[in-house]
Amino acid sequence: MSSPSVPFPKDPAGGPTLDGDLIRTVYRSMITARTLEAKLSSLYKAGKIVGGVYLGTGQEAISASLGASLKRGSDYFSPLIRDQAGRCAFGEELLDATRTYLGSVEGPMRGRDGNVHRGRPREGMPAMISHLGTAVSMVSGLLLADRLKGTLDGKVGATCLGDGATSTGSFHEGLNLAAVEKLPLVVLVADNQFAYSTPRARQFACETLLERASGYGVGGTEVDGTDLKASLAGIQQAVQSAREGYGPQLVVARLLRLCGHGEHDDASYVPTELRESLMGRDCLAVGRAQILEDGLSDEVELLNWEQEAAEKVQEAVAIAQREHGPDPYREDWRAVSVEGMQ
Amino acid sequence: MSITYIDAIHQAQAELLKDDESVFLYGQDIGKFGGAFKATKGFQEEYPDRVLDSPISEDAMIGMAVGAAINGMRPIVEMQFADFSSVAFNQIVNQAGTHFYRTGVPIPITVRMPCGGTPGSGPFHSQMVESIYSHYPGLVVATPATVSDAYYLLKEAAQLDDPVIFCEHKFLYRWLKSQAIESDELSLGQARLTRTGKHATVVTYSAMVHEAVRAADRLAEEGWQIEVVDLRTVKPLDMDTVIASVARTGRLLALGEGFPWGGVTSEVISRVVAEGFHLLDAPPLRLNAKDTPIPYHPDLWAAHRPTPESIVEKLRELLSL
Repeated sequence: MSSPSVPFPKDPAGGPTLDGDLIRTVYRSMITARTLEAKLSSLYKAGKIVGGVYLGTGQEAISASLGASLKRGSDYFSPLIRDQAGRCAFGEELLDATRTYLGSVEGPMRGRDGNVHRGRPREGMPAMISHLGTAVSMVSGLLLADRLKGTLDGKVGATCLGDGATSTGSFHEGLNLAAVEKLPLVVLVADNQFAYSTPRARQFACETLLERASGYGVGGTEVDGTDLKASLAGIQQAVQSAREGYGPQLVVARLLRLCGHGEHDDASYVPTELRESLMGRDCLAVGRAQILEDGLSDEVELLNWEQEAAEKVQEAVAIAQREHGPDPYREDWRAVSVEGMQ
Repeated sequence: MSITYIDAIHQAQAELLKDDESVFLYGQDIGKFGGAFKATKGFQEEYPDRVLDSPISEDAMIGMAVGAAINGMRPIVEMQFADFSSVAFNQIVNQAGTHFYRTGVPIPITVRMPCGGTPGSGPFHSQMVESIYSHYPGLVVATPATVSDAYYLLKEAAQLDDPVIFCEHKFLYRWLKSQAIESDELSLGQARLTRTGKHATVVTYSAMVHEAVRAADRLAEEGWQIEVVDLRTVKPLDMDTVIASVARTGRLLALGEGFPWGGVTSEVISRVVAEGFHLLDAPPLRLNAKDTPIPYHPDLWAAHRPTPESIVEKLRELLSL
């Protein structure tokens, strides 16, 4: 597929209208993610999880909106640490999460990597590394390969990162490369006010990260990340623009992380005024109110969803807990695939 | 009609592009311009979609290659100079190098690294990088010293399912010529006995193979027979060939153009001492470049790296022990 030569419009006309079923799907993924993460936090605090636990509390609306806007089987989704909701919406099995967190040898990472560093690269979901910004060029490579093979038509690749990751050279190089190649890439930035403990004012000097979009020559959208419907509308539009050939799209979501960087962190650096501001709203509460107000569901059904999520999480945890960890005596300790190359 | 080391690299890539549609080339100025060293000259005209100029973004170049490799392609990335791969270090060692172990999905990328010194190139266009990348798991590191090896090792590298750091020496590009490309049936991971001898072994690789042979020629005039082992790939390290040679000679000099702290030469000595201590008739010695940045001035540069003179001197020391 050749890329269109038209300039990237800031607001491509004809954005999608929100589908009620899609809103329901997104919200349900948000509930599942919140439920799973609450369980993971308990397991961590009970000493059942070795290593860190990183939650996406407060970021479920944007993450799930992105995951639900992508097509499993053809699109690519490269999540970061706060994207349990996006993983659920994209279709990752809960077992992949619990097995990886609990170190089961049956999981996709087989105990070789843990927690959020999981994926199924050949099923469109790469496994993140800790070095921020690195997935931007990697997802671009997935897409470039499709262009070379003639299989790019209609595909989108997406990755997520936080405001802190936009300070990396990797982010800059990757987004610039994607723009040069006019790839159908969506980069979702959760401007969640703090990178670990560092406030955004110590991270960058522009008013909003949206300003970066024009600098890279890519499309840009800003959304209120606490608002499910606003997030979904903005992200749907960005994904559609990428899919239709308008090149990379940068989506900046303003919100507040409602948890620590990891569960070891009490986030005491977040000022109370900010927590109590509109930005400190919980996107699940906002989404719930929106769904009820629009008549997309009712209290009984929402309660059922919550119960079903709790049951599914319980089952996924129970299965992973019964499974063995990797056996160091049977580990092949091979870092390359070809025999004799180590 | 003779063929140079850079011709061999050009020919290998031409054949790879022709024979395998999953191969594509990515790098700075490699398109119409044909690359800083003309290793890709003429390819873009023939394969406009598969020979792509990259932005000056070494990190993103490797990140992109990793993604493309996951998705079925076999990218060959040209670093304009191996020195600039420091910018891509993270993507090479953390993204490419860890991927197979973590996920079970191999990353068939080849990173061509024009490395090593030439007169006047200075601190940032002369570095050797084989030691730094060999240190990390998940990477294969090739260091061809001959025209035929440049050809065969590059073809094997591109066909291998794992990431290969391909260290091609710039000093050899046009200086080293051969009548033809000939296979001696060695494959990736096997060292070569370049010269046989009985008094001492020099284990080396890349351009230093030729300096070692010159040193051996000089000592031969005095009756010393020096064996030279060309590692060809420093990772994997062919210890069978190295140990067999040390068993014959009883004396070892590990020679490299890289900086002296740690690295391939240290690894060779460490392994020989551990695996073949009883074979040694004298303490093994090392000779590397000096522990300073690589100087610009040709006179300083020539003295910074090992030379036939300094190798001869080191071998005399080894033979006197």
